[in-house]
Amino acid sequence: MSPVTGPTPETGPAGNRLSGTGLTLAYDQRVVATDLTVAIPDESFTVIIGPNACGKSTLLRALARMLKPKTGAVHLDGSVITSLPSKEVARRLGLLPQSSIVPDGITVADLVARGRYPHQRLMRQWSKADEAAVSEAMRATDVSELSDRIVDELSGGQRQRVWLAMALAQETPILLLDEPTTFLDISHQIEVLDLCADLHEAGRTMVAVLHDLNQACRYATHLIVMRAGEIVAEGDPTEIVTPDLVHEVFELRCEIIQDPQSGTPLIVPEARRRVLA
Amino acid sequence: MNVRVGAWSVRLAPRALLVTAILVVAGFGVTVAALSTGEFTVPVPDILDALFGQGTPVAELIVGKLRAPRVVTGLLVGAAFGLSGAIFQSLTRNPLGSPDFIGFTAGASTGGIVAVVTGGSAMMIAGGALAGCVAAAVLVYALAYRGGVQGYRLVLVGIGANALLLAVNSYLLTRANINDAATAGAWLTGSLSGRGWDHAVPVALALAVLLPLCAYIARPMRMLEMGDDAAKAMGIRVEPVRAAAITAGVLLAGVATAAAGPVIFVALAAPQLARRLTRSPGVTMGASALMGAVLLTGADLAAQRVLAPTQLPVGVLTAAIGGTYLVLLLRKDRH
Repeated sequence: MSPVTGPTPETGPAGNRLSGTGLTLAYDQRVVATDLTVAIPDESFTVIIGPNACGKSTLLRALARMLKPKTGAVHLDGSVITSLPSKEVARRLGLLPQSSIVPDGITVADLVARGRYPHQRLMRQWSKADEAAVSEAMRATDVSELSDRIVDELSGGQRQRVWLAMALAQETPILLLDEPTTFLDISHQIEVLDLCADLHEAGRTMVAVLHDLNQACRYATHLIVMRAGEIVAEGDPTEIVTPDLVHEVFELRCEIIQDPQSGTPLIVPEARRRVLA
Repeated sequence: MNVRVGAWSVRLAPRALLVTAILVVAGFGVTVAALSTGEFTVPVPDILDALFGQGTPVAELIVGKLRAPRVVTGLLVGAAFGLSGAIFQSLTRNPLGSPDFIGFTAGASTGGIVAVVTGGSAMMIAGGALAGCVAAAVLVYALAYRGGVQGYRLVLVGIGANALLLAVNSYLLTRANINDAATAGAWLTGSLSGRGWDHAVPVALALAVLLPLCAYIARPMRMLEMGDDAAKAMGIRVEPVRAAAITAGVLLAGVATAAAGPVIFVALAAPQLARRLTRSPGVTMGASALMGAVLLTGADLAAQRVLAPTQLPVGVLTAAIGGTYLVLLLRKDRH
């Protein structure tokens, strides 16, 4: 191994199992981002944030090989991700998509068990390791009691925990989540994010796209701030989130105070009415 | 329920196993009844003798030459329709995505009618049906394609193509001379009457190749039902799996229609019945094939015996039996 520290087109930066170099991302002819370079720090809880249509989900999808970059490449463990066997990638990198379809009449236990697919073969469909991984995933997401319930009949928060359990059962060291808190009420949002923080504590590299800047600041160990297809700032939220950055990215004037609970930056938008005298 | 032998393990659902066993028994029962009963009754113990050339000449003729090919063709065609229906319903995530609703079977009919009108042999009618089915599938997919094919658009385009092809079929029949129109009309209702081994063999060959393929892609297809992203995230190569599934589904519908005509409803009802009986989520290839086989041979038996000596076309009965049963099942269905 040569002592390379900066990004190289061949292998990606050292200390980053997952990275993208010189990415041009587009849906058909609509270009979302050009020449984007990003590295996910190992064992970080990285949160990607930015206004609507800034390309944050697109970047996540490219990192998860859902979207093939027009130029550039995504690297996983030093190899171009598309050059690795698909099942092999699925044993290292998991993705919770923004929306998945619940198969009709499936039970919680059966859906979570599907997360074991990348570890299975036609003649090895259900090993003891599969069983252990599924029960551990259900325990971690607190859905063990729901195991015989039909997924369709669960509440939104429960269902999201089940999807998360399926991704956990995949037992990947890297887990990508595309807006995991959308459609959830505030208590379920916090529940899911706390769970993600636990998973990060346990040694996983987590990458999530979030909408709420305050939640991002509270949970992220590494924040990537995007605007119009470009990365405007990245780093520890306490160091990079300033009123100027928020104004530049979201066109919102604000004050930043310390979150009384976590000590992380808390964005307080400027009030136009009902201003304190 | 898990079965582990050394490093091998399979996962089996007890209910699905039970339903499969019941379907096998039912298929066997229908087969024996179809071989034994009719205007000339062959006692059950004599059936094997007749099949292996040890029986009386009359029994050998009736069982071996007339009834056996008909039953076997029915079993194979039913299985092929059931499988094809399971594949397309899974791909479109929609029960209406069956080959008999989205124009594939209608396309096969068009091919068959063209072959009849141009004075084709039975072989040419079968070839025409297969070619028509493939052509209709290509047409529907091409029209529904917009940077990928979404299930609901495929169903909508397919229903449109189905209506168009049915109109073409009616037009062709009005332009045909009276004898051709009668031949084509009989073929169009879907029938197993007068089917010989030369009808059964092509379907058997197609199933011999495509059944293992279907077994292989059944698990990835179940993952695909959760959406392309979810399937890709699990390491499934979505496009090859889908291409294999479409090819298998179109060929199965094509050879089945070529052998027995466009028998309606088996492809729609068999997978739905199988899914509800096994209570398994998503596509159930094996149970759908068995259900198709039982449904078609059962319907054919009823078509021959219910109003005997009047013989009904089997298509009339598949719709009546399958439809009634499906409505009954849906009525007590919670989902």
